[in-house]
Amino acid sequence: MISGISIYEILTVTSILFFIGVYGFITRTNLISILISVELMLNASVVNFVIINKYLFPEVLQGVYFSIFIIAVAAAETALAVSIIINLYRQISSVEVKDVETMKY
Amino acid sequence: MNLNYIILIPVIPLVVFLILGLFYNKIKPAVSGYVGVLGLLISTSLAFYTAYNYFFVIGKTAGIYQTIVEKTVWMNFSDSLRIDMGILVDPISVMMLIVVSVISLMVHIYSRGYMKGDPGYTKYFAFLSLFTFSMYGLVLATNLFQIYIFWELVGVSSYLLIGYYYTKESAVAAAKKAFIVTRFADLGFLIGILIIGYYTGTFDFETLNNPEGASILNWASTSFMGLSALTWALILIFIGGAGKSAMFPLHIWLPDAMEGPTPVSALIHAATMVVAGVYLVARLFPMYYFIEDGFALNIVAFVGAFTALFAAVIAITQTDIKRVLAFSTMSQLGYMMLALGVSGYEGHEGLGYMASMFHLFTHAMFKALLFLCAGSVIHAIHSNFLKDMGGLRKYMPITNITFLIAALAIAGVPPLAGFWSKDEILVAAFEHNKFLYIIGLFVAGLTAFYIFRIYFGIFWGKEGAYKNKPHESPWSMTTPLLILAFLSIVGGFIPFGEFISADQAGFEAHMNYPLAAIAVFAGLIGIGLSWLFYKKENELADKFANRLGVLFIWASNKFYFDELYLFVTKKILFNGVAKSAARFDKKYVDGTMVGIGNQTVNTSEKIKGLQSGKVQDYAFAFISGAVVIAIVFIYIWTN
Repeated sequence: MISGISIYEILTVTSILFFIGVYGFITRTNLISILISVELMLNASVVNFVIINKYLFPEVLQGVYFSIFIIAVAAAETALAVSIIINLYRQISSVEVKDVETMKY
Repeated sequence: MNLNYIILIPVIPLVVFLILGLFYNKIKPAVSGYVGVLGLLISTSLAFYTAYNYFFVIGKTAGIYQTIVEKTVWMNFSDSLRIDMGILVDPISVMMLIVVSVISLMVHIYSRGYMKGDPGYTKYFAFLSLFTFSMYGLVLATNLFQIYIFWELVGVSSYLLIGYYYTKESAVAAAKKAFIVTRFADLGFLIGILIIGYYTGTFDFETLNNPEGASILNWASTSFMGLSALTWALILIFIGGAGKSAMFPLHIWLPDAMEGPTPVSALIHAATMVVAGVYLVARLFPMYYFIEDGFALNIVAFVGAFTALFAAVIAITQTDIKRVLAFSTMSQLGYMMLALGVSGYEGHEGLGYMASMFHLFTHAMFKALLFLCAGSVIHAIHSNFLKDMGGLRKYMPITNITFLIAALAIAGVPPLAGFWSKDEILVAAFEHNKFLYIIGLFVAGLTAFYIFRIYFGIFWGKEGAYKNKPHESPWSMTTPLLILAFLSIVGGFIPFGEFISADQAGFEAHMNYPLAAIAVFAGLIGIGLSWLFYKKENELADKFANRLGVLFIWASNKFYFDELYLFVTKKILFNGVAKSAARFDKKYVDGTMVGIGNQTVNTSEKIKGLQSGKVQDYAFAFISGAVVIAIVFIYIWTN
């Protein structure tokens, strides 16, 4: 419980963070930037888990554990995504998303 | 009494078929011939042992031959209705076992000589074994469905063997014709079986044929269009039998079936398969006799009599010796049907039944002999046509003598086999219906005439222009001729009535001397006429044919029945019915389906741009969807 700050304010911040991630995901053309946007969305949800645990159910710790769990998964996912991007770069010498659209009709 | 060994009789040819068929490329032709003959030799000995055992040791209880059935359940439909597989032993099935065994064995031995050097030698023997297996199965069947299964199997083997020379277009056409015509008739058979199964609740011959059984006593319970339902069933079954036995008007396939190798014609299209129809009617004889006072049986009699006359008239005009024999077979089958049709049930009343089976037996011997002799002649001079033959008696003495014996037998000259059986048939017809008797008598004269016409044509008359000097066939071909000739001589002396009768009690058949004398006289007139016409080359026959004018032309064209069928199928069915049906199918049925398909393609062509391959498009669609759903849920919750 942080004094002077209510849960609404924190949730507003995380929502803004999340939609910044969404905006980045849709508008960015560089795969690395898209990956960063995904991380932003993930982090917004992690903060949400912690905050809701803290403010609404202070006697348990599931939310906190879950956020740690998400961070671990996010780390693994980033490693995987970066390795895919590096391989892609080796193949076509580009990390622009417009060059990766052969999987279509 | 253990009759389980009887199962071996059909199984051995099946095994031979499998061996020859599976190791087709590995077996030398000479070996395959021996395998076939050896297998059949075992079956034949077992068949003879069965006959001895049944007729003289175990068959008779209190003066009546018992029907012995051994079976297992094969398919269970309901408590009462089920299909069994098994063997049924009674006088006619044992008699048929003997006929099939003897003829098949003779044909196997004969074929070793006749087919020598043929590229498909092993295949030929495999098919022969398949046929023999199917025929045994048909004979031993315990119920209608089992007989139907083997019925189709003999049809298939007949198809395979007619089309044996499959590079010849006419043989292929003949095979198809035989299969389609008999298959068409078998549709009637199948419907008949189903009607019987529905109304009596059983397929078993034993139950169906019991004169005190429910199926016979309650025949009147249901009727359809003025006749009892069971009568309809029996008529339909007779249509199936008529198809197999080449009864008018389903006879058109048999003359064409002569495209097959001659031994095959002897085995299948003279002695065994074509009598399956007669056997089927005999098998169900108590039903035919008792249901609706034998209404269906009268149809059998008249169809048989008409076919006998019709085929005999055509036989006179044909120039291909195998076709003459084919029409002769039809005519004799008509005789057998006629005899069944005029038969009663008990004691001496059942003379027609016994005569029919007797004629089946003797006819198998002498007609197979005639065909094998014809095969021997064809083997020697490589032609089927009478115009290429003549004067062969000097070159082929054994064939000449055996052919003469068979011809005398079929003409009904005493004391050869055909005389006795034909006489019984005529007596039965005389006692039942004078009109049918007159037809039968007339046909007897015609038979003698046409058979001696080809006899004189082949062995006497002007010598044909032979490229090579004709020679007698090898011993593998003449031995069966001699054996069958012997059987054609003595076959008539078997006291058939004691073994085979409609009520299985046995009776003593007496000669009716006046009738026998008339029949012999008719036969002798026929022989005398052909002696006059064909013994020496002269113009009498041609003059006579010219006198008959249109009638002769009609008969030599088989009364245009092939053309009639072609007209009905090609002009009416194909052009009228089939074409408009095809147009409807193409335009509307196909059109609907094609339309649906095309519409799908068009739609997807229009919307395929949505799948752009750009990750962000997908992400945008996904997120917009999620937002829309979220808004909808929020709206629902807040209200």
